[in-house]
Amino acid sequence: MAAIAAARHAAPSPRWDVRKIIRESLFYLAVIIVVLIALFPFYWILRTSLMSNFQVGQGVGGKNGVIPGALSVQGWKEVFTEDDFQRPLINSLIVSVACMVVTVVVASMAGYALSRLNIRGVGPILAFILLAGFFPVLAMIGPLFLLMRHLNILDSIWPLIIIYTVYTLPISTWLLKNFFDQIPAELEDAALTDGATRLQTLRRVVLPVAVPGVFTAAILSFILAWNDFAFAVSFLHTPSNFTAPLAITTFGESQFQVFYNVIDAAVVITSIPIALVVLFAQRRIVSGLTAGSFR
Amino acid sequence: MVTITRPGRSVTAGRPAAAGHSKERGDRRLGYILVAPALILLAVVTAYPLVYNLWNSLHYDNLTFATSPKSFNGLHDYNVAINTDGWVSALERTLVFTVVTIVFDVVVALALALMLHRRFRGRGFLRAAVLIPWAVPTVVSAMLWKTMFDPRTGFVDYFLGAIHPAWSNLTWLNISVFRSWAAIFIADSWKNIPFVAIILLAGLQVIPNDVYEAAKIDGAGWWQSFRRITLPMLKPALSVALIFRTLQALLVFDVIFVMTSGGPGTSTETLAYLNFDEFINKTDFGVGGAMSIMLVILALIISAIYVRAFRPQTTR
Repeated sequence: MAAIAAARHAAPSPRWDVRKIIRESLFYLAVIIVVLIALFPFYWILRTSLMSNFQVGQGVGGKNGVIPGALSVQGWKEVFTEDDFQRPLINSLIVSVACMVVTVVVASMAGYALSRLNIRGVGPILAFILLAGFFPVLAMIGPLFLLMRHLNILDSIWPLIIIYTVYTLPISTWLLKNFFDQIPAELEDAALTDGATRLQTLRRVVLPVAVPGVFTAAILSFILAWNDFAFAVSFLHTPSNFTAPLAITTFGESQFQVFYNVIDAAVVITSIPIALVVLFAQRRIVSGLTAGSFR
Repeated sequence: MVTITRPGRSVTAGRPAAAGHSKERGDRRLGYILVAPALILLAVVTAYPLVYNLWNSLHYDNLTFATSPKSFNGLHDYNVAINTDGWVSALERTLVFTVVTIVFDVVVALALALMLHRRFRGRGFLRAAVLIPWAVPTVVSAMLWKTMFDPRTGFVDYFLGAIHPAWSNLTWLNISVFRSWAAIFIADSWKNIPFVAIILLAGLQVIPNDVYEAAKIDGAGWWQSFRRITLPMLKPALSVALIFRTLQALLVFDVIFVMTSGGPGTSTETLAYLNFDEFINKTDFGVGGAMSIMLVILALIISAIYVRAFRPQTTR
């Protein structure tokens, strides 16, 4: 690699020829455009959320252009005082974190078994897990609805923890299986010959080494569980049981006008945890999404 | 390097045989115990409802008329699903939407992946910035674009109006069919292109650099090495991205629900939207089941086509 880089630098063309400068500027221009497309809409919802009901009613333009003439916390206040957004937020947090924990535990176990324990049928099992990852779960709303109705657990957030594993388990299991594959077996062999059991080895030797993989699976699981709308809208009907994405769809409508400042306050609040996770764990997410698909 | 991982026994093959047979068998038993929870969970949320759906689709089952017997009625539910309720037009819309988004998303995502792959200052920030639209919930991105396309609140008409006064008050959602679809398409692509780009980026990362160097020495230009090296070697990543995105687009639901609720009229109702409506609003689990089964079959057919199209290349 180093040799290649060195060879490139030794290339005969002078360092600052005009074409190179133009090419570089065009590249950075493209980067700026991409960043704007990705992030400007977020600025706009932040801007709208910080306007008063009256300002929103005036429409965009004039005093309320790209930068609003005045700022107001009315939307942010109303979304909590009148719409009780804290309840759905807590619900979403509970469901996503619980689903994340279940996923990480179950996927670590399965991933380890598939990677190390010499079981029969590894191929079919992995194929089934992969298939589940591609499965059109949305078409399964009906039967799951009937099942939950039969068990009398409709309109509750707890079953969602189990249902959301269909989003999180396939990619996490694949990811962790691939991760375990890369940990040298000698590490465990030493512990095993010292008389440790498999489970002890998994807990004390393998998992500490696999922390980055487990962490990645946890982040992805959280994001995927936080994302769901279809199951929530199908199974929940009491507003205090709503998850955050479902609650957002019920805000801001009045007879005469849509209060986008209230809606967008909720949109901003729901985006913040996700944006923070992405900013701090960008590298993990990228490697996780790719390790889960192929290598 | 580019092969899809084969489930390997190779990892354990190197271990000394001294461990003995009973140890091996104990390992194997533990292995089944450890794998079982994952398989049971996934079976509960995929296989079980699939079979239940199949059963329902062959019976009369409507919760609104719960006292009526759930009698076997053959393919009647399928007949109802296809011939009423606009299923066929929803199928056409969904397929057109899927094809258009897939082509657009993959082309844009490829350009984006090339950009993300390049080494430059600020690459980490660019990657994070691009990932955020993907990571926020679909409801958030849909609601965000609903705000943007609202002529009184969003920037779309505001900026368009600055270009041409006649565009300053277009109502995008739920008035014009074309503009409604355009808005849905933009919201959907904005959220999903990053994911496709990341998958393609992974594909780019496994192409060894010396292949490009060799091509350069042979006098190949950028376009030539892109066509002869990048595209062919990107095929495994492309196939993963395509299958994933296609199935996702086929099931497009959240964004429709939030932005148009199927309107104007029924002109943005998709298969998944109709399916949801049949289950939850009409509580008809027979006809809904039939729609689900047809959706699954459609997904299977499309996956099979992809697998076949990409097979020769993925093995090496």
